Amino acid sequence: MVNKMRESTIMKIHYGTALGAVALVAVHILMRLTQSFAESLEYTNVIANYQFLPYAGMLEIILILLSIHGFNGLRVILLELKQGPRYEKAVSYGCVAAMMGLIAYGSRTIIMVNMGML
Amino acid sequence: MKPQDENKEGIGGMINPRRYGIERVAYLLMRLSGLGLLAYFIGHIYETSSILKGQVGWNEFLDLTQTNEGHALLAIVIAMCVFHTVNGIRVMLGHGGVGVGKPSRPDYPYDPASQNMKHKIGIYSAIVLAAIAMMYGLAVMYGE
Amino acid sequence: MTQVPSIAEEKPTTSLSSPKTATLRIARFNPEKDSERKFMEFNIPYQRWTTVLEAILEVKKHFDHSVAVRYSCRQATCGSCGMIINGKPRLACFTKISELESDVVTVEPMNNFPIIRDLAVRFERLFESHHKIKPYLINDDSEISSNEKEFLQTPEEVEQYIQFSNCIKCGLCNSACPTMATDSSFVGPQALAQAYRYVADSRDKGKDSRLKIIDESHGIWRCHFAGSCSQVCPKGVDPAMGIQFLRGYLLGFRS
Repeated sequence: MVNKMRESTIMKIHYGTALGAVALVAVHILMRLTQSFAESLEYTNVIANYQFLPYAGMLEIILILLSIHGFNGLRVILLELKQGPRYEKAVSYGCVAAMMGLIAYGSRTIIMVNMGML
Repeated sequence: MKPQDENKEGIGGMINPRRYGIERVAYLLMRLSGLGLLAYFIGHIYETSSILKGQVGWNEFLDLTQTNEGHALLAIVIAMCVFHTVNGIRVMLGHGGVGVGKPSRPDYPYDPASQNMKHKIGIYSAIVLAAIAMMYGLAVMYGE
Repeated sequence: MTQVPSIAEEKPTTSLSSPKTATLRIARFNPEKDSERKFMEFNIPYQRWTTVLEAILEVKKHFDHSVAVRYSCRQATCGSCGMIINGKPRLACFTKISELESDVVTVEPMNNFPIIRDLAVRFERLFESHHKIKPYLINDDSEISSNEKEFLQTPEEVEQYIQFSNCIKCGLCNSACPTMATDSSFVGPQALAQAYRYVADSRDKGKDSRLKIIDESHGIWRCHFAGSCSQVCPKGVDPAMGIQFLRGYLLGFRS
């Protein structure tokens, strides 16, 4: 799947995820400023954020966008450092696997807290 | 037949920002900030999962991060984030051909139109905004 | 937007009549015999107009004729004498010693090109990349069979690509590029700029085939607009501009 995608498509996704993440991360950071910084990090406030469905949805989207953008960026850097068919395949699939792993791990946190499964 | 050494500069050439102006510095900072932010992101996803351990687990995580070192790290992350964002927007516009000048007949001293003041200002703005954001972040974190 | 002019400034302290002396450090390396690069130093008199190439030829004439160096036109037309001069890729014939603002001039072979010997490097990779992007007009119509004597272009149409046709294939851009420093498969700024030269030419109909060639994992997308290629180009080709315009086609900014 990875090797069949055109590089221009991958890069359009890279740019799109960047723009999307900028907007949503700005909201995420601004939420820390709606209260005092220390208060915004208190357990009950954080739980309340996760259990507010639109906010949890936004966190999930940020997770997906940044995982894609970050690991694609890492893939690009690694591909430039060394070349070869096996290495390039390993890097591409490795980055996709890491991306999916991080999304899965982060989603687990968001879903479990949102559903009150603490 | 022994493969010939390609005489590539290697990673030293990639990370050496000295010889080619601020644009090359911006390229290097973009790479470093990108890798730094990825590392932070992975750490952030891991550390915030401690909320699943309940109040005790969450407070343990706060004890680790709400320290001087944690605040300093977060300030650096803020700077990296702002630089990467602002410079990233500049680069994206450049990639679309915006602000890179118009083709014309070259004449001595052959100054490249793409390395113009618009992009230089964009880069310096990214650096300045990153510094301001970092100071603001420190003010918020230490302000209480 | 106007550029701050950067006309080569000779040091005004360099007198016109009595020569000063510079130390010329030349990298010596024969891959068939040597295990590592060595530098040989020579004291060369120079005047305000003395170029690095002239200094190297002075060494060949009076000190060591075995220094391997490529040169030809001596006027920045042929692209033969590209080398690293005081850390930056430049044409030796186009660089005056007095503009380097140093009494020590270090010359080395261009980076990212395999070394033949001393300052001479192999250009096969550059030529292969150049050939890959189809550096010729692709047009089914023929000037022989059509009624037109020639494919006409307005001055505005010529202006779109003329600067990119100034490329003398000196390789300085490939030497300066940070991606070329590590990526053996990258096509390079020279080939990409030439791809744009043909895509921008109104007589050409091969845009889609060229875009397909460069739309790969080591093609145009490994350019990150560091701009070093344009900083070192001695002919004002500004490869970075061409590459971003070319990328605009793939991103949908241009059609």
